[in-house]
Amino acid sequence: MKKLMTLLLMALVVTGLHAQSKSDLPNVTLKDLNGKDVNIGKLTNNGKPIVLTFWATWCGPCIKEHNALNDVYADWQEETGVKIYAVSIDDSRSTAKVKPMVEGKGWDFDILLDVNSDLKRAMNVSNPPHTFLFDGSGKLVYQHTGYIEGGEEDLYEEILKIAKKKK
Amino acid sequence: MRKHILFVLSLALTIGFKASAQSFMENSQVSGSFQTDAQYYMLDKGIGINDLNGKKFGINGFGKVNYTNGNFSAGIRFEAFLPELNGFRSELNGLGLANFFATYDNGFIGMTVGDIYDQFGCGFVFRTYEEWSLGMDNALRGARIVLRPTRGVTLKAVYGRQRYFWAPYLERDMNNDDQRGIVRGVDAEWDLNQSIASLNDSEFKMSLGGSFVSKKQNDLSSFYTIPENVGAAAARINLGYGNWAFSTEYAYKINDPSAINNFIYKEGRALLSSLSYSQKGFGAVLQVKRVDNMSFKSMYTGKQNDLDINFIPPINYTHTHSLPSMYTYSTQPNGEMAAQLQINYTIPKGTALGGKYGTKIAFNMSQVNDIVRDSVKFGNTMALNQAGTLGNTSKFFAISDHRFFRDINFEVDKKINKDWHLTAQYINLYYDIETIEGHAGSPVVKANIGFLDVTYKINKKQSLRLELQGLWENEVHKGYEVEESEKKDYQKRGDWAFALLEYSINPHWSFSIADKWNYGNPVEEYRDHYFTGTITYIHDATRVMLSVGRQSEGVVCVGGVCRTVPASSGVSLTVSTSF
Repeated sequence: MKKLMTLLLMALVVTGLHAQSKSDLPNVTLKDLNGKDVNIGKLTNNGKPIVLTFWATWCGPCIKEHNALNDVYADWQEETGVKIYAVSIDDSRSTAKVKPMVEGKGWDFDILLDVNSDLKRAMNVSNPPHTFLFDGSGKLVYQHTGYIEGGEEDLYEEILKIAKKKK
Repeated sequence: MRKHILFVLSLALTIGFKASAQSFMENSQVSGSFQTDAQYYMLDKGIGINDLNGKKFGINGFGKVNYTNGNFSAGIRFEAFLPELNGFRSELNGLGLANFFATYDNGFIGMTVGDIYDQFGCGFVFRTYEEWSLGMDNALRGARIVLRPTRGVTLKAVYGRQRYFWAPYLERDMNNDDQRGIVRGVDAEWDLNQSIASLNDSEFKMSLGGSFVSKKQNDLSSFYTIPENVGAAAARINLGYGNWAFSTEYAYKINDPSAINNFIYKEGRALLSSLSYSQKGFGAVLQVKRVDNMSFKSMYTGKQNDLDINFIPPINYTHTHSLPSMYTYSTQPNGEMAAQLQINYTIPKGTALGGKYGTKIAFNMSQVNDIVRDSVKFGNTMALNQAGTLGNTSKFFAISDHRFFRDINFEVDKKINKDWHLTAQYINLYYDIETIEGHAGSPVVKANIGFLDVTYKINKKQSLRLELQGLWENEVHKGYEVEESEKKDYQKRGDWAFALLEYSINPHWSFSIADKWNYGNPVEEYRDHYFTGTITYIHDATRVMLSVGRQSEGVVCVGGVCRTVPASSGVSLTVSTSF
């Protein structure tokens, strides 16, 4: 009987081990503005929400969205701890312009460079801007394509939803 | 007891198996996207469309599905052009499985078979990519291995044959006009900051890279001896110190006679250097580039952007508004000298000019000239660029007086208060349309362009946006009587005005009406209005756009690669979604 219990227990443990929650963040490595490798699949924010927003230096609506996000980013961080990664899909014609533009416009987001469109393809982005919201465990909860004036408010409502759930 | 144990064991195994199958399923992720662009064409004598040539309808569509499970991923993309939209290459007509791949990558080694998109450095010797809006896809079908033996070191090798519309990939199935060679390449990159512990957090940054790519092609020519192996190599360095960054890449290619360079046997060279400085609120970047005979295709008879193995990045400013983007520069692979300076600055909050939110200003200047070419002396002096010879010699730093392009622009971006936002830009443009678009006889475009983009937030949900644009050509039309035979050179020329009004209801709806008016065309019959109305509906990752009206003849460019769009009239619909 003891053996039986042990085996049952083992089976349960095995089942339990496999029932980990999975992340929707793909296993793609990009570079940040300092040239450091960043594996998207391993992005974490201490259980707080993560936003990935695809943009390009030549994308007008993206820049509007980023200016709007930047105005409220400090407040959002304070209230929800959210972290925004702005993924530039600029290719080699404009990668050198990304950092001067980001600094020149005074944006506070973490910038990632998707020079070869690897993440863009993995996340099925057709046209920027395209914004993804992940909860603290890396699960995709919301995505939105395009930018309409005031769109950041809807994103924030979604962020608040998951930030509240945590509490 | 034994029976019991066996029973329990099998039960445990079953549960275990089930569990692992379940976990396999749980780790499986399927995602994908779809897009359909369709247009219904109508006769419109007003803009010269008197005949549809039997084409009332065009549709471009794709659907792609990706599967990932841990370190494994795979995907397919299905495409249909039934038939292709006007302005896309007719060779696209058809449908089928255009792209598939399978990848395993555990961080140390990554292997891919199928269609590969990758680039070495800035792309001077190798870049495969896909751009749906251009109908452009030069994916390499074959295999790729990526090795990361130690932190900061990446080694890559690729091997395969490039996509050419729907042409077969096997040599035995190919015709003379879709024969293309095998492309193989290796690349190494060493990031010193990641691989040397003491440099990990250093302010000094350095990385080095080098690549070699070659194509193996069949010589089908009866006039010339075409080299069956053509090699190209590139070296690059990136340096950074504090707020400063410098990068440069140099590429060299052995003789590669082709339809693009008129079958000359000169070697190719390219150089791109960038220097930038950035700190919070200020950023500046200066770039210079030299290109000499650097078209590199896996089919030497290829035209336009067909089967490009490499990518020569244009460095000029990319405009996105309607009139400023009417004349977009595209790279001249046979030779160009280019420079560009971009400055971004935010006038701080709380100053007289900065106001409550700060004012963002940007300045950009870019210019491209031809290189200087001299005749080759081989006993006698040969005619310049004569096919079958070395073609020309060219001093590396000499700049020709022949200017292809110049763009000087200044932009102000200002949030006035919670409700009003304003962007304005002035552009001074010089565009050698004869060289860039191949319009022989068409005079150079010298234009002043301006736009004003005002957004007013009515309330939390609704907003209005007004765009006013003007393009004024200084010289082309003033008091000039265009003769009948020259008329076609003046299509889309002269002064333009553009207005757009957009009403948006966040987060789903957007309605816009726009008119583009070629009011100052030197030819009276070309002074047309291009009126369009557009409705867009967005729901999460789905976008539906319906547009009715006229489209003017123009050029759509992404990344310096362009396609011309003929004038059209009708109804177009775009639906895209991803999951």
